[in-house]
Amino acid sequence: MKTETRHEQFEAPSVLGTMLRRLHIDIPLFIGLLLTSIVSFVILYSAGGQNMEVLVRQFSRVALAFALMIILAHVDPYQFKRYSSVLFAFGIILLIAVLIMGQIGKGAQRWLELGSFRFQPSEMIKITTPMMIAWYLAEYPLPPRTKQLLVAVILIVIPTLLIAKQPDLGTALLVASSGAGVLFFAGLSWWIIVAIVTGLAALTPIIWHFMHDYQRDRVLTFLNPEADPLGRGYHIIQSKIAIGSGGIYGKGWLGSTQSELDFLPESSTDFIFAVFAEEFGLMGCLGLLALYLLIIARCLYIASQAQDSYSRLLASSLAFTFFVYVFVNVGMVIGVLPVVGVPLPLISYGGTSIVTLLAGFGILMSIHTHRKFS
Amino acid sequence: MSSLYAIKDHSSEKRLFINRIVAAFILVSLLTAGLVIRLVYLQVAGHEHYSSLAKDNSIKIVPLVPTRGMIFDRKGRVLAENRPSYSLEIIPEQVSNMEDTLSRLQKLLDLSDEDIEQYQKLRKRQKNFISSPLLVSMNEEQLARFAVVRPYFQGVDIHRQLVRHYPYSDLTAHVIGYVGRINEAEMKDLPIAEYRGSSHIGKLGIESSYESQLHGKTGYAEIETNVQARLLNTLKEVNPQPGANLYLTLDIDLQKTAYDALGSFNGAVVAIDIKTGGVLVFVSRPGFDPNPFVVGIANDAYQALQSSENQPLYNRALRGLYPPGSTIKPFIALAGLEFEVINAEQKFFCPGYYLLPGVTHRYRDWKKGGHGAVDLTRAITESCDVYFYRLASSLGIDNMYSFLHKFGFGEKTGIDLVGEKSGLLPSREWKRERKNQAWYPGETLITGIGQGYLQVTPLQLAKATATLASDGKVMTPFLVDKMLGTQSTVLGIEHSAYTIPLKQEHFNSVVRGMINVVHSEHGTAKGINKNITYQIAGKTGTAQVLGIKQNAKYDENSIDFKYRDHALFVSFAPVDDPQIAVAVVVENGGHGGSVAAPIAGEIIKQFLQENYEN
Repeated sequence: MKTETRHEQFEAPSVLGTMLRRLHIDIPLFIGLLLTSIVSFVILYSAGGQNMEVLVRQFSRVALAFALMIILAHVDPYQFKRYSSVLFAFGIILLIAVLIMGQIGKGAQRWLELGSFRFQPSEMIKITTPMMIAWYLAEYPLPPRTKQLLVAVILIVIPTLLIAKQPDLGTALLVASSGAGVLFFAGLSWWIIVAIVTGLAALTPIIWHFMHDYQRDRVLTFLNPEADPLGRGYHIIQSKIAIGSGGIYGKGWLGSTQSELDFLPESSTDFIFAVFAEEFGLMGCLGLLALYLLIIARCLYIASQAQDSYSRLLASSLAFTFFVYVFVNVGMVIGVLPVVGVPLPLISYGGTSIVTLLAGFGILMSIHTHRKFS
Repeated sequence: MSSLYAIKDHSSEKRLFINRIVAAFILVSLLTAGLVIRLVYLQVAGHEHYSSLAKDNSIKIVPLVPTRGMIFDRKGRVLAENRPSYSLEIIPEQVSNMEDTLSRLQKLLDLSDEDIEQYQKLRKRQKNFISSPLLVSMNEEQLARFAVVRPYFQGVDIHRQLVRHYPYSDLTAHVIGYVGRINEAEMKDLPIAEYRGSSHIGKLGIESSYESQLHGKTGYAEIETNVQARLLNTLKEVNPQPGANLYLTLDIDLQKTAYDALGSFNGAVVAIDIKTGGVLVFVSRPGFDPNPFVVGIANDAYQALQSSENQPLYNRALRGLYPPGSTIKPFIALAGLEFEVINAEQKFFCPGYYLLPGVTHRYRDWKKGGHGAVDLTRAITESCDVYFYRLASSLGIDNMYSFLHKFGFGEKTGIDLVGEKSGLLPSREWKRERKNQAWYPGETLITGIGQGYLQVTPLQLAKATATLASDGKVMTPFLVDKMLGTQSTVLGIEHSAYTIPLKQEHFNSVVRGMINVVHSEHGTAKGINKNITYQIAGKTGTAQVLGIKQNAKYDENSIDFKYRDHALFVSFAPVDDPQIAVAVVVENGGHGGSVAAPIAGEIIKQFLQENYEN
């Protein structure tokens, strides 16, 4: 491991530092993730009705996810690059398999059963899509030309549509933005960005036409939650009451009355931010958002230090997707975005998204700790 | 795939990328700032407002479930009502010693060990602060006993709810249907907000077809509760709108008469008010008690109903498919007159069998020696099969199909009940499509006497008879006469009608034959003409359950009961101003004249005595 000796020359050597570098761990990022996980346990204990079982289950998932992150951090980024297209194709095949099985069964189908193990291909696609786009664009000079842009757009649209068809609007949105993120960082012209944004606005009625009834309901409810207080509006109204009643300093840990008395539905999963805001108030929210911002800043820094186009594009896109996660979830809980099924990253209860997220951070750490210095 | 045709400029790429990283960070910061502004708006500016909504006490939006509309018969007698029922519920969180509480309750209320066990299971599945029932329905003694010691049982309380009740039980089960717990499949299609708080939904009959009107509109209240979830204050209330009360055209007295008259037979009776199309009697026997379905029928009881040979869950009047037998003859006769293949006076000789050219098979008459020379009236009166074989043969299946179709055979009557069957009116096209075979002339003959593929429901027979009685006026039969909403508005129901253009003299000829069925010496239903001051027009029918071989003899006594012929009878009265049409099907009843006709006779008598004093 020649590179490691170079590390030591580059950064101040310390016993702990050496050890962690051997582990290919980026300390600031690791601390940020650890802090967020601790916040997660604290708030889950309260939101889950002080149920130790919930906590233990979540802890085992988080431990597994951290382990996966460290394993991926050890993989040379060249390997990610090399297998990008294979992994992407594999993910697409699994997505199609899920759709076909969903048609045989009925209703929404997101899982693939492999014995007793359940696997959600759309989670994997969240990472392989930016990998694929980054790999493809990095082969050409940047910024990408029209032909490469068109190919990239097609490569983004395929998994997005497959997931939207499951139907899982939240994940489709995240996959699309992870791909779009790569295009942005690859230097997509500002004019095209402006054109796309206006175009999307103009396309709204058409998108509306293709939406499922329940998706339309969500948008309508978002626009006017008070019109349907017993139905879809219930979530948003209760969520706003929880957040608003938290005030500046909050009601204190375990002080949430809204989730405690079960007024707030899905308080452990998608709506956990409402519980957090109720108990820790504006100050807590600012702290949590700051923590997220620091993680994103560190990721963008890692991207800026990356040494080849592929690593830069992938790292920056993963950072961007993480932000989209935070923004969409918090935005929906505080009532500025419609309700889509996106969890609060690293904090919401539930295993699949945590594993994918930390896998992404593992790739970031790999990129950062495998740099060659010249 | 490396860059053969373009050279990467690494330093410019890096510059571009760093620009984008900066731009991205600015975007992220701006959007986060947007979230912060919203949070400040909610938590600082809106804090007071939302606090007052949440405070130490909390606001809960609870649905206010509307009372389900009642169902009455034409004279205002209750067919479906809501009865109060009391359940004993426990909130585990508020009970300090659950085991002790349960054992005290068991002693106090005489509960079985199973009751306790069942509750323990239920409790494990639910959250601690949710109230769950230990006893679903308390009797009066249990109510009284618990009321006295209530203060000593923290977290245990009596809950009152309304439970649907059907006082006439199996007499109306097939018309009214019943409500039952909403299942998952139904939940998917229901408007969530409308049914929040509702536990039951109409599953069958009127309860199902008028679900939206009976259910009413759910209201809601914003209530303030304290930490123990006790109601403190109601902040806002949007009252529910109770469901509409339905008034049926059904006459429960007549219904009972018909049901009792069927006696131990299985069968169906449908009577229609000819002037309006309103259904007076809608009986399918055996019925079943719908009340257990409301609270959730026990599995073994349900299995027993399902596997019973008499099929009590089967709505024979609406869904039973029977060959009409000779009751189809008046319609075939009318078709013959309309298509001018016969005239009413023309006589044909009946030797007791009919031969198709070139075929040795003898199409037999029910009367062994034959009827001799018969004209149309006599052919109907004595139900001469040979006359109708000949007539069917001259008409052909295409003409028969188009004519019978006008009278509603082979299609749903459109009654306001769900699950109606359309029966089967065979045609050349149908046979080609279904069986991939040509239509045979022999099949035309047996269709002419109401056998073969032809299948009708009792309701279709009643409707067609009413159409015949009113000289071709087709009316959609209906059960709900009016709906009364909350503001005592009559929500009337529109009923359409149209007339099949046919010659009056043709109707008269056919009806003459039908009068003689009841009122002449040779009539097949002459048994019901005693002690009546009006005339009844009718037609008997016998539908074969078992095919009888050529030359074999059908002996009612020698064969198994379940293979005995079905007895049918269609009728209307009084002939000079028709008021009521009745169709009767008695399964395995043998002859229409002796079993089915008296049932119709009784209904007609009772109805006319009350409504048509002359």
